[in-house]
Amino acid sequence: MRRAPRHSYPGINLGEDHASADKFSEVVTFGFWVFLMSDLVYFGLMFAIYITMIDAQAGGPGPHELFDLKSIFAQTLILLTSSLTVGLAMLALKYNLPRPRIVLWFAVTLVLGLSFLVLEIRDFMNMAAQGGIPQRSGFLSAFYGLVPLHGLHVAAGCLWLIVLGIQLRVMGLTDLVMSRVVRLALFWHFLDLIWIGIITIVYFGGLTYG
Amino acid sequence: MMSSDSGFFGRLSWEAFPVAGLIQNPSANEIIANAAAGIVIIGAMVVVGLLTWFRLWGPLWRDWLTSVDHKKIGIMYIVFAIVMLARGVLEGVVMRAQQAAGPGDGFLEAEHFAELFSTHGTIMVFFVAVPFVFGVANYVIPLMIGARDVAFPRLNQIGLGLTVSAGMMLMVSLVVGRFSTGGWTAYPPYTGAAFNPGVGPDYWIWAIVVSGIGTSLTGINFAVTLYKMRAPGMTFMRLPMYCWTIICSSILIIFAMPPLGVAALLLAADRYLDFHFFTNDLGGNMMNYANLFWLFGHPEVYLLVLPAYGIYSEVFATFSAKRLYGYNSLVIATMSIAVLSFTVWLHHFFTMGQSALINAVFGIATMLIAIPTGVKVYDWMATLYRGRIRFSVPMLYSLAFLMLFVIGGLSGVVLANPTVDYQVHNTLFLVAHFHNALLPGVLFGLLAAYNYWFPKAFGFRLDEFWGRVSVFCWTIGFLLTFMPLYFVGLMGMPRRSFSYSDPSFHPFMIVAIIGALVITCGLFSVLIQLWVSIRDREKTRVPVGDPWDGRTLEWSIPSPPPPYNFAVIPQVTDRDDFAAAKAQGVAYPTPDAYEDIEMPRNTGIGFVLCVLSGIWMFALVWWIWWLAALMTVLIILSIIIWTFDTSTELVIPAEEVRKEHEAWLDLVHSATAVDRDHEAAPENRGLARPDMEAVT
Repeated sequence: MRRAPRHSYPGINLGEDHASADKFSEVVTFGFWVFLMSDLVYFGLMFAIYITMIDAQAGGPGPHELFDLKSIFAQTLILLTSSLTVGLAMLALKYNLPRPRIVLWFAVTLVLGLSFLVLEIRDFMNMAAQGGIPQRSGFLSAFYGLVPLHGLHVAAGCLWLIVLGIQLRVMGLTDLVMSRVVRLALFWHFLDLIWIGIITIVYFGGLTYG
Repeated sequence: MMSSDSGFFGRLSWEAFPVAGLIQNPSANEIIANAAAGIVIIGAMVVVGLLTWFRLWGPLWRDWLTSVDHKKIGIMYIVFAIVMLARGVLEGVVMRAQQAAGPGDGFLEAEHFAELFSTHGTIMVFFVAVPFVFGVANYVIPLMIGARDVAFPRLNQIGLGLTVSAGMMLMVSLVVGRFSTGGWTAYPPYTGAAFNPGVGPDYWIWAIVVSGIGTSLTGINFAVTLYKMRAPGMTFMRLPMYCWTIICSSILIIFAMPPLGVAALLLAADRYLDFHFFTNDLGGNMMNYANLFWLFGHPEVYLLVLPAYGIYSEVFATFSAKRLYGYNSLVIATMSIAVLSFTVWLHHFFTMGQSALINAVFGIATMLIAIPTGVKVYDWMATLYRGRIRFSVPMLYSLAFLMLFVIGGLSGVVLANPTVDYQVHNTLFLVAHFHNALLPGVLFGLLAAYNYWFPKAFGFRLDEFWGRVSVFCWTIGFLLTFMPLYFVGLMGMPRRSFSYSDPSFHPFMIVAIIGALVITCGLFSVLIQLWVSIRDREKTRVPVGDPWDGRTLEWSIPSPPPPYNFAVIPQVTDRDDFAAAKAQGVAYPTPDAYEDIEMPRNTGIGFVLCVLSGIWMFALVWWIWWLAALMTVLIILSIIIWTFDTSTELVIPAEEVRKEHEAWLDLVHSATAVDRDHEAAPENRGLARPDMEAVT
């Protein structure tokens, strides 16, 4: 039986005779796209809140006192590199490379994700040391409502990497696990996309208009 | 041991229980509060007692709570919605009674009255309308599109679990502490920590957040089901109208639930962590809340009413024995409403200080919605035109809708004019308007659906007489209750006020309480109808499955359907495929071959998350931090452990499917077909005589 082209999902290697697996993968991946779309609305609204509150500094510290672009630059590099390594894990999956290769790229991604979080938390602590705490002003509330929300997503992604890494070892490369890898990669790229929005709107926008 | 103020129980103490208030200050107000709490406790005890007495815990767990069958989940949604509906209706009656008591302070305290309108609104929108819509959609959608289940059956169960646990928080708030007094919209700064330090707004916040997650998951599920799970040949323009409305509703859910989640969570950040999103000081801006809330709130109205439109479309077509008139225009109108619903949210706060230009833009956008809605009304009337109409219970609900809803829609066009809105904003005119849209619009549709698809779900028809009584009571009760509110609204009576001083309002309030009592009769007649129908079920059985000469695929299978719905997935060749098959005489085909069917296996994850999230919410409301942290960890852990479970499928052997299906086909061939004059007679066993198109 040939695979029906309508049911094939690009970027995943499910072999020749897997019409049902293809169907499953298509439905689940599409569902995950829809979920990401809904999640994107959360971030979109938080961006809107941030923009409306950029002047609501109530005499507290503003972007010029608080933002450290060097650290943001480092975080951006780390996060973009992690997107590359997740992509490499996907390629390893697609070209049937041995399983340890996928796990290796997962591990590199995890280390990068965790270092991003460490740098981000260090930023928050530096901000707090200068009086930049969310309780200080509407502007800072909006900042801490948005940027740590992204951080929380990264943390969730790290947890997912760990769990899926274990599942790769325990359950092997089953269709289910492979489709989970696809979704994790989608999620991770999504986090990158949000981060681009954050540096553009929160950091550059904040420094320009705040 | 720990005392209540040590932190182990957070801020929970003896004073949180309404009995404490009764002992300190016995009054009518306290007696009513305690009676409500008592009903919750006694109701729970009776349920537990009956389950134990009839030894039903095992079957309840095996067949229902762990089931991932979309049909059972749909039924559980509807049962939950009807329980909550009973509470919501009774709260409405108490509020009407308070105002019917005449000018002065009535018998309730202001605080209690405010709790009543807050819970009434929250319950009716989030825990009656939404679960009822989801219940019907869950049951019907896979059957209509020729699928064996929804796209994500386990996610479906989780959605139900979260909705129910959030609803239970509203029940708990009757017994422990007090619910919010901030209305269903919970506007800050009033609901902020500065003005409302108690637990009320927190109950609201967490119930909304958790049920919102459940709603989002279900919306995603329906969308993916309708995009990806349709039977071969079921193209988009062959979808039954009801499926189209659920697609639009799902799109609304996917985009409109996030604003509600953001609004509630930011309010929580203000209350719990001293943030300043919506506070009066340090740069907070409550207008952000109003915008966020109504960015959700307005699409919400349409995500409720569109499925009802879909139900009416099916009912009008079936009971007129005609193809739905203007299918294409109805699809376009539904999509237009879905899109326009995102462009009108500001009309909920015309008076909150925007420029006249902005108000005008949103006013015009609001009026535009009347156009696609008008298209629908004319399409429905044209469907009726020269049809062979049967005045069955669903049809009566639909006709009542057609007449009454137009009044509600027109009063909406009146309100869409900002200059008029300035006069009647926050008066009972508005209350009359949205009840006029939601009762005849949404609730009548859901009750019509309940009567229409009940024989499909349980294999016997509902009692016609008590069905008619309930239509009569709901319609008359609605008119008596809410038409007077239009008048007092125009006379200037504000909404949400527990007392008034103008005696000219009083006669209207008396009429309204009479109406509220008639509505209560409507509620009870729905329950009596169910009781009578179960008692007389042997006379109304429809095992063949097509009692109404239906047009869509769900009527082509047995009633009740087998767990796998379709023994063989149908090949669709037409819109109203089953009606076409009957007209051509090719309905009920004997399949060439049967295949093994893979069905999802039962799982307890939905129930586990229901319980854990319930405790989590309670802990957050009462500041029991250790418990909230523990529940967070347990929720994450249970999801992770659940993802390791790989034996999720169950195979039903082809032989078993063949046996069941052939037994049913024998029944079909031996049954006597009945014409539409004998639809309500005992000889209607669910096989329709396919002569209707010819008659018209």
